[in-house]
Amino acid sequence: MGFKIVKKRELIPNRVSELTIYAPDIASKARPGNFVILRIFPKGERIPLTIADKSPAEGTITIVYLVVGKTTAHLETFQVGDEILDVCGPLGKPTRIEKKGEVVCVGGGTGIAAMHHIAKGHAQVGNKVISVIGARSKDLLLFEEELSKFSHKVLVATDDGSKGKKGLVTQVLEDYLKSHEVKEVVAVGPVPMMKAVSELTKKYSVPTTVSLNSIMVDGIGMCGACRVSVGGRIRFACVEGPEFDAHEVDFDELMLRLRSYVKQEQISYNHFCECHGKEKN
Amino acid sequence: MPEQDPAKRVKNFNEVALGYSLEQAIEEAKRCLQCKNPTCQQGCPVEVDCKQFIYFVAKGDIESAYKTIQETNSLPAVCGRVCPQENQCEGHCKLKPTGQPIAIGRLERFVADSYYAKHPCDALSGTSSCPVIDSNLKVAAIGSGPSSLTFAGYLASRGIKVTIFEALHEPGGVLTYGIPEFRLPKKIVHTELEALKAQGVEIKTNYVIGATLDINDLFAQGYKAIFIGVGAGLPKFLGLEGENLIGVYSANEYLTRVNLMRAYKFPEFDTPLPEGNNVVVIGGGNVAMDAARTALRLGAKNVYIVYRRTQKEMPARLEELHHALEEGVQLKVLSSPVAFKGDEDGRLSSLVIQKMKLGEPDESGRRRPIPIDGEIEEIKTDLAIIAVGTRSNPLLLQATPNLKLNKWGYVEVNPETGETNIPNVFAGGDIVTGSATVVLAMGAGRKAAKEVYKRLKENIK
Ligand SMILES: Cc1cc2nc3c(=O)[nH]c(=O)nc-3n(C[C@H](O)[C@H](O)[C@H](O)COP(=O)(O)OP(=O)(O)OC[C@H]3O[C@@H](n4cnc5c(N)ncnc54)[C@H](O)[C@@H]3O)c2cc1C
Ligand SMILES: Cc1cc2nc3c(=O)[nH]c(=O)nc-3n(C[C@H](O)[C@H](O)[C@H](O)COP(=O)(O)OP(=O)(O)OC[C@H]3O[C@@H](n4cnc5c(N)ncnc54)[C@H](O)[C@@H]3O)c2cc1C
Ligand code: SF4
Ligand code: SF4
Ligand code: FES
Ligand SMILES: [Mg+2]
Repeated sequence: MGFKIVKKRELIPNRVSELTIYAPDIASKARPGNFVILRIFPKGERIPLTIADKSPAEGTITIVYLVVGKTTAHLETFQVGDEILDVCGPLGKPTRIEKKGEVVCVGGGTGIAAMHHIAKGHAQVGNKVISVIGARSKDLLLFEEELSKFSHKVLVATDDGSKGKKGLVTQVLEDYLKSHEVKEVVAVGPVPMMKAVSELTKKYSVPTTVSLNSIMVDGIGMCGACRVSVGGRIRFACVEGPEFDAHEVDFDELMLRLRSYVKQEQISYNHFCECHGKEKN
Repeated sequence: MPEQDPAKRVKNFNEVALGYSLEQAIEEAKRCLQCKNPTCQQGCPVEVDCKQFIYFVAKGDIESAYKTIQETNSLPAVCGRVCPQENQCEGHCKLKPTGQPIAIGRLERFVADSYYAKHPCDALSGTSSCPVIDSNLKVAAIGSGPSSLTFAGYLASRGIKVTIFEALHEPGGVLTYGIPEFRLPKKIVHTELEALKAQGVEIKTNYVIGATLDINDLFAQGYKAIFIGVGAGLPKFLGLEGENLIGVYSANEYLTRVNLMRAYKFPEFDTPLPEGNNVVVIGGGNVAMDAARTALRLGAKNVYIVYRRTQKEMPARLEELHHALEEGVQLKVLSSPVAFKGDEDGRLSSLVIQKMKLGEPDESGRRRPIPIDGEIEEIKTDLAIIAVGTRSNPLLLQATPNLKLNKWGYVEVNPETGETNIPNVFAGGDIVTGSATVVLAMGAGRKAAKEVYKRLKENIK
């Protein structure tokens, strides 16, 4: 009695896909900022993925993942009609969304998908949402169209200048902050990006929320794998987060901890490829 | 009881204690005095009628022995393995003063194992199950540890429909994710779970109550009573420098990776295994022993248990400490950790400890350890496992703000009935007492079930 995939969209072929999964209990409770933990087959690990969208009426949730290693590569072999063995959620504290004025939502990589659900929440309560998204080049940009449906503006930065401003999202963000009164910045993406955003907004004294992606196992506060240092204290990202005040987060420690298993992850990926006859990366 | 040789068993995850043969069990049972006023039963938190079941064992009537135990204990194969019998049934046996109390736990284990081996159908297919009396009379249990399983077993055997909601993908609670294979084979837990399902208990995994559904949703779905048995899962850390270095784990994480996620079979199973050559385990309870013995089996060269007091004060079950020492775990007692040191990649490289001596007894009656000035030691280590206890998991509690807690953050219940301040919501096990034992959790599940049954019975025509 797994969880059926009802729709699959390949957003960037072989790199990023979006799955819509039938999970009515989760869909009816999911709020922006929540995530699920998936286990895709009986020998599988538990991995967290953000709920990028939901449709309580259809009983579905949407996830967007970047293929980076064994489990996401394996997940990429799943098609419409296949079942995911375990989906557990919605987990984590939802985003604190209140009417406050202008909010800038920054997204990088698959973080854009996660940011999308949060930005939508802000728009729904009447905040003016500016979305800032970045990628290496224009083919790797995600969710631009979806964001433009409710954002006041969508600002784009690409490393190669193939779309929007050439450079990093932080440059686009800084230009914007200089000339606007922004009440809050939300940033979701790779840790170096969130760290850079945080340093910048500290300079401009804009309250900033980041969504931390520490390594998780159970996702319900039982193991402490996901612990991060916030304001000098240990916090469990799965139950006390994943969103925290960016200006208090120890990003360097998080970056180190995310490398805990690089050796094993390579072994695991190679093992998977041998069994599935794919070439190694 | 026969055991695997220590030198061999540290290389495998097979169960250490091999169990009695029928002859051995009968011989042991025959030693029982069949006392007029037996004291053994009083020592058992779930009141197993030890005298009676031992009587049947002595006659070789395993089936009757099993039925006797099952009247009060729905997880006999588990209890026989993990109860601290020296403080409970065996500790109260009249033969205790001779130094040779009846091995009640081992007999209980033998009875359950033999019964399941002979009657797989009975335990697995439900021929012995009782029909559901009235499908409108259904109750829910949250969490699938021993407290909820006992709660469910008691009611199911009386024809009440029970649904268990478990957050993880496998049921069993600590029996599944915490206690290792070599002490409590997963097959045993599985058999006990199948026996419950055969009685009509439904187990829904991947349901985090407080997130996927909450207590109000359960009442709205028609459950007449709810039992909270979510355990005390939140691991404590020490608050020391370097505690977030790579290689520092809570015992919960370490054991969950190995047991629940089967990381010991990596890469056949996906979950990465924390590797260590020189392992330190901090703490002196069952959890510390389990972590230390697991690390040995996973190939560690040295495993140290670092404990603030002395061996005498260690709270672990006697048998576990004994097994750990036999297998080569080294004790560093009167040692208190002060800092973790790491390399430039953020990986653990050593643990600094402060040597202690015992001072005056504290409130708990145990002599308080006090530091010896200047006596600092550094142990080289690449894997540290912290096993200093747990706190109550806040997830469900925060989602149920009207639930009354005590000052330590555990759920407050009426000691007579197990009921919380919310009518028809009961609680028991570690979420009420803080980390305790399997059989105490079961006792609490049973108490609540009795009360629920009493109330529901009035509705049964
Ligand atoms: C709250 C949260 C939300 C997330 N949401 C998304 C999302 O919406 N889309 C998306 O693409 N990714 C998301 N991630 C990251 C995603 O979980 C990892 O990319 C995934 O686990 C990688 O698995 P893998 O086996 O394919 O790769 P691996 O090769 O095993 O891992 C690649 C890297 O991912 C990280 N990682 C590995 N295992 C875990 C784990 N169990 N938990 C967290 N991180 C891990 C490590 O840094 C690792 O080096 C999220 C992470 C968290 C904590
Ligand atoms: C490593 C280890 C070794 C031990 N050894 C022994 C021993 O030898 N002898 C002994 O007697 N005791 C031992 N104990 C203690 C014993 O296991 C516990 O006291 C007992 O398991 C408590 O039972 P419980 O029913 O309260 O909950 P638990 O066994 O803790 O189970 C609680 C369950 O609830 C689930 N849950 C939590 N929150 C939610 C939620 N919101 N929604 C749904 N489900 C949820 C959890 O995932 C878990 O499966 C040991 C404990 C550990 C950790
Ligand atoms: S349940 Fe535990 S305490 Fe009770 S008789 Fe069995 S082994 Fe002894
Ligand atoms: S107290 Fe000991 S000897 Fe007496 S009936 Fe109980 S088990 Fe037998
Ligand atoms: S993932 Fe285990 S406590 Fe957060
Ligand atoms: Mg992985």
